Amino acid sequence: MRVLAWAAMAAALGVSACGPSPQKAETTQPTVRIGGPFQLVDTAGRPVTEKALLGKPTVIFFGFTYCPEVCPTTMAELTNWLKALGPDADRLNVVFVSLDPERDTPAQLKTYLSNFDPRIQGFTGTPETVAAAAKAYRVYYAKVPTDDGGYTIDHSSAVYLFDKNGGFVEPIGYGTPAERAIGQLRRLARG
Amino acid sequence: MKPLFAVFALTLAAGCAPATQAPAAVAVTGAWCRAAPVGALAGGCYLTLTASADDRLVSVATPAAKRAEIHSMDMTGGVMRMRQLKDGLALPAGKAVTLKPGAEHLMIIGPKQVLAAGGAVPLTLTFKKAPPQTISAPIRDAAAPAMQHHGGH
Repeated sequence: MRVLAWAAMAAALGVSACGPSPQKAETTQPTVRIGGPFQLVDTAGRPVTEKALLGKPTVIFFGFTYCPEVCPTTMAELTNWLKALGPDADRLNVVFVSLDPERDTPAQLKTYLSNFDPRIQGFTGTPETVAAAAKAYRVYYAKVPTDDGGYTIDHSSAVYLFDKNGGFVEPIGYGTPAERAIGQLRRLARG
Repeated sequence: MKPLFAVFALTLAAGCAPATQAPAAVAVTGAWCRAAPVGALAGGCYLTLTASADDRLVSVATPAAKRAEIHSMDMTGGVMRMRQLKDGLALPAGKAVTLKPGAEHLMIIGPKQVLAAGGAVPLTLTFKKAPPQTISAPIRDAAAPAMQHHGGH
């Protein structure tokens, strides 16, 4: 049951907003690789792979535009954090990956991200390519049907940080105070 | 609706429990909706409900969106889990039940208007016993999750 493994991973990476400081990368199993190959499309519908993110540290968040709270809050915070970083923000790739490819077309993602810092890129794909990307990044997500035939999505809520070679550094948990998150991003940018 | 609310508020302020024969009423306070990004497919609204007698919030409707639902939210283990509360939300007599970010909330799905700060969302709340109420919830920006304020407890 691979989903359970991801869920456990997600739980290990997830940081309670009210809890102690985030677990550092060294507490994760060295045998577990977080991040890896993916084949998605950007907001213009152009193919994009993990290679596009190499050479710069990467800040990545998996969410969906249907999400009423965690995703818009995280995007609004990321926008504030990038502003606070000043020129250091230009040293980072910042990416929002949709876990809802059926509803989040490249155009929908583009509209959604137009609300936030223009440096935030948006990736989506097909249900299969998104599932593969989420698996590579150890992001837990699950579609939950609703009454009306629609669905919502449960998902890992952390922002993940990677170095310029694609190596996992640490997460920023949902609800992390701005000062600490900005510190994490600044270290990442200058690393 | 307003006079009834005022009477109820006075009853509460006077600190006396409403007589059991009194018609069921629910006081609605502190309603607001989160400003949503342009292109957002859903938004959240929050409020505090205090019922005079055991009651239940059964459903919510708004002309500002295709649908509105009552949801719970859970963030255990850093995973956001959202569930529709199909049986609604229990409102025990005299207890203030607060719908807030990170917990129970009203989800408005398929907004028909831009949910920009400064605007308002009309919400019609239907209860099991108390008469339905229509309120206007102001739209506010909420960049930081309320959960942050729990740190010092």
